[in-house]
Amino acid sequence: MNIIFLIGFALMITGFWGMLTQKNMIKIILGLAIVETGVQLIMVAFGFIEGRTAPILDSAVPVKKAVEMIVDPVPQALVLTAIVIGVAVNALALTFIIKMYQKKKSLNITEYRDLKW
Amino acid sequence: MIKRLFSFVLLTGLGFVFYYALTNITASRELTGVSAEYAERGAAELGAANLVTAIVVTYRGLDTLGEVSVLFLAATGIAVLLRRKKGYVQARSEDKRGSSEILKTGTDFLVPIIVMFGVYIFMNGHLTPGGGFQGGAVVASAVMLQFLSNPSYRLNHTVFGFIESMSGFFYVSIGILGIVLAGGFLDNRILPLGNFGSILSAGAIPVIYTLIGLKVGTELAGILDNMRRDA
Repeated sequence: MNIIFLIGFALMITGFWGMLTQKNMIKIILGLAIVETGVQLIMVAFGFIEGRTAPILDSAVPVKKAVEMIVDPVPQALVLTAIVIGVAVNALALTFIIKMYQKKKSLNITEYRDLKW
Repeated sequence: MIKRLFSFVLLTGLGFVFYYALTNITASRELTGVSAEYAERGAAELGAANLVTAIVVTYRGLDTLGEVSVLFLAATGIAVLLRRKKGYVQARSEDKRGSSEILKTGTDFLVPIIVMFGVYIFMNGHLTPGGGFQGGAVVASAVMLQFLSNPSYRLNHTVFGFIESMSGFFYVSIGILGIVLAGGFLDNRILPLGNFGSILSAGAIPVIYTLIGLKVGTELAGILDNMRRDA
């Protein structure tokens, strides 16, 4: 049990709730962004080790003792990637919304029925 | 109604999955596998004080190249979708009230400092927390400040496009130089590793991160400019 994991899962559920129930397309994208934040938080928390420090080697963390003193650097590197991809995906999705709004002058997703079956 | 019930059931199920995961997580006590290997050998092999940077730029450099490509594709997609039609006239800036003297002076004062801070972040990516993506985002925020404070500000697309394509080109070129001169694609040891912990160390990592920083900064600035349109 860890408070960070709890916050991460709570953020994911909040985001999924927003994506499932909201009608405004911008709010759906915001829900997606909240889910992304939750996933990133959980990933970083997985790499955390109690009582250790950031994976940067300097006078406080000598090279020889690095393995015993730093937290896991791999999840941090992966989250760095995930954040950038998240920004790109969100920006592209918002662009689609801008185009859709220009066509129909509506942000309500129920009015876009062209692909609905 | 049935929709609400469906989403409620779905979220409750998700909640159960998460609860199960939450109660079964065991905190790790030590580095294992590939992370331990990176922590042990990273400093000696690549000379980067920031191990996250060593992983992002060199050990998993190919991932980062893919990431830069995704960002580039997203920026291109946005530019294509939001391109201005032929004969489209931008709303003239003299129709709008100009920004006040305080705002103008404040912006002129802050923009160079913000850009310099962004450059500092991506040039020190191998020593301190930070790197190309973070620095690039800070540089783009300076452009954002210009957009917000000065409605008639126009981005010079020739210069920005040139910087963007050149930094992408040199990034891949350095990667290929790694195959020729060192161990493999995007190997940073094509330049001498230098003194551990100084700014000119870690081989090609500062160069690569500077290129990534320039590329990300100009790309994000381009996205902002495309999304602004009639502002």
